[in-house]
Amino acid sequence: MNAKDEILQRVRKALADVKETDPALDVPVAWRYEQPTAMDDVIGRFVERVEDYKATVVRVGGSEAEIAQAVVDGLTSIEAKDAILPVGLPAAWRSAVEAAGITILSDEPQLTNDQLNAAGAVVTAARVGAAESGTIMLDHADDQGRRALSLVPDAHICVVRTDQVVSDIPEAVGRLQDSVKQQQPITWISGPSATSDIELSRVEGVHGPRTLYVVVAG
Amino acid sequence: MTNETGEIRSTQRTQLNLVTKNNHGTARLTPAPPQGELVDSPLFPDAAKRELANPVQRKNLHHAMSTIRAKRTRVTAELENWEELRSAGEAIKNRVGRHLDDYLVQLEENLTKAGTTVHWARDAKEANEIIVGLVKGKLGPEDLPEVVKVKSMVTQEIDMNEALEANGVAAWETDLAELIVQMGHDRPSHILVPAIHRNRSEVREIFLEEMGNYGKAAPEDLDTEPKNLAAASRAHLREKFMRAHVAISGANFAVAETGTLCVVESEGNGRMCLTLADTLISVVGIEKIVPTFADLEVFLQLLPRSSTAERMNPYTSLWTGPREGDGPQEMHVVLIDNGRTDVLADEVGREALRCIRCSACINVCPVYEKVGGHAYGSVYPGPIGAVLTPQLRSMKNPVDRSLPFASSLCGACNDVCPVKIPLMELLIHERHKAVEAKKQRKSYNVHFEPIAMKATSVMFGNGKLWGAALGAETKVGGKVLGRFFDHIGPIPGPLNRWTGARDVPMVPTQSFRAWWDEREKNNGNKAKGDQK
Ligand code: SF4
Repeated sequence: MNAKDEILQRVRKALADVKETDPALDVPVAWRYEQPTAMDDVIGRFVERVEDYKATVVRVGGSEAEIAQAVVDGLTSIEAKDAILPVGLPAAWRSAVEAAGITILSDEPQLTNDQLNAAGAVVTAARVGAAESGTIMLDHADDQGRRALSLVPDAHICVVRTDQVVSDIPEAVGRLQDSVKQQQPITWISGPSATSDIELSRVEGVHGPRTLYVVVAG
Repeated sequence: MTNETGEIRSTQRTQLNLVTKNNHGTARLTPAPPQGELVDSPLFPDAAKRELANPVQRKNLHHAMSTIRAKRTRVTAELENWEELRSAGEAIKNRVGRHLDDYLVQLEENLTKAGTTVHWARDAKEANEIIVGLVKGKLGPEDLPEVVKVKSMVTQEIDMNEALEANGVAAWETDLAELIVQMGHDRPSHILVPAIHRNRSEVREIFLEEMGNYGKAAPEDLDTEPKNLAAASRAHLREKFMRAHVAISGANFAVAETGTLCVVESEGNGRMCLTLADTLISVVGIEKIVPTFADLEVFLQLLPRSSTAERMNPYTSLWTGPREGDGPQEMHVVLIDNGRTDVLADEVGREALRCIRCSACINVCPVYEKVGGHAYGSVYPGPIGAVLTPQLRSMKNPVDRSLPFASSLCGACNDVCPVKIPLMELLIHERHKAVEAKKQRKSYNVHFEPIAMKATSVMFGNGKLWGAALGAETKVGGKVLGRFFDHIGPIPGPLNRWTGARDVPMVPTQSFRAWWDEREKNNGNKAKGDQK
């Protein structure tokens, strides 16, 4: 018998006591999915929680010009000489970055790992923000780029729009359903890379970007 | 061949078979673990005695455990619906366990649909054969014979690294703690922070001595600052990430409905492996399934708060098969039984399969805190290890039969488990099984269980006594633990007289439970005071 059949047979034998064949009837789950968590100020909570992770957070209005300026400010604050901008980002951001004298690196054709490693920063949009846990979720659509872009460079400037921010994980997972169905990879980011492996003392920055600069727009 | 640096570029180092001081005189691609198999470890009481004799480890553990316990209590209290979340987690996992055949079939179907190749492995040997075969098939003659790894319990369980090493492939741990363990020729002692038994100066020494043997050396002026130690690991590992062709991961969750895998981590080493390699092999225990993507809203709240005591871990990766132009273009999943169906067959014991490996039960366990993870002779230490390991390994060896006794039955683990595994009840259930197993094996020569059973009932039947003993002082508490197993020599003070002749009644002051609660409260307050 092949391994699959044998394992399934073992499972069925082990579960001889289970008579109900419908999993939902057999074990009801008392849980309502996608429930919002009550809070007075969702955006305020999001900002506070992301800051808790020692990320820098700035709030700006929703116009492209304001966002573009905030992106440039972010890049300037870390003294980035160049930055990767995924193709799907608004043209206004590109021209502002260029006007500030920062070289734009294109990922088409794809940059090599070494080029990513040498890049000063990456700028991306986001898909969802979860306030309670302070989590930013990327689904790597065109305005966020492939996964390596927001991973290898040492600084990540991430723009989250206020209409993307929800109360907590349940609502956020609901908003990611479509991306999963389209088989897009998803990355959740809660603060910069960190470790607590040495005496449980927290150190920011191991392999992922050491600097996370979040622009909350709208 | 020696570990002379010469002109050899560090990137070529894995082509060398090194004989270093700690490799027991054998040529190896990776640092050798300690000699002997894990399961050959001494019985828990003997191992406990050895570990108790290590005051540095005890101090490291005490510090780490009290910090994380206080933090966990705070961050779980933040969620008003924490108890409902736990019940939901429990129910969802029960649903999976009780219909595992359906969910396995559904998972395979959706993984395949997403473009992932699925393999099945009955046991560790079969799993390793599959993995070694896949790796060797992917590495060309020009490639370095190596893989990068995301921390994964199941690959520890099947001893995959050693199987790869035996087949000429170096498996590099990339999680900082796992790296410390690997470079230290050591074994993990905790499922979440495997190097928790090491302090910063030990880490510094390990890095200085070993990194240069296997790639980029640690800077000569490396100090003991965790920040700088982490930077040394970043530099050392980056060259390995950049050139990796094959990566191996586990999975925290596998979604049956969509064929999505989920890895939860902090450092970004996981993302590096999951993203930069050409081929990704994910090794997944068959109990890791959740039915739907929506179910992740439950587990991705329960897991980080219970394990690292954070609102959310820094990085969570979710992927549904390969995606053109992004990440590995070839993906494999190896679904592993390795004893899990035996656990499932025990209607009581199967509750342990709900475990999401958060380590909360380990972090509150007073026995673990005294003896550390190595004493358990298993990759799963603490209460969950004491319950799960004997079930996975079928109590064939005395180590496994001793494990259900490695507990004070104080119940702290029951309270913290995010999926409501009744660890205490399961420990008692396993104790019973161990005694039965003993009865059936006349040849079994250590009269251990009956002694332990008696000692536990006397000792823990009188919670006050145990509480007073543990509370007295770390050292005494540790020795009491040993003494109660009747394997460690006499202890000083009044307890000695109690355990020796029982002629002097102890003056109990508090029940163990009350003492524990108070101690936690004090720890909590202290930790709060330390907060920024
Ligand atoms: S048994 Fe429960 S508390 Fe222990 S590691 Fe598993 S899930 Fe966590």
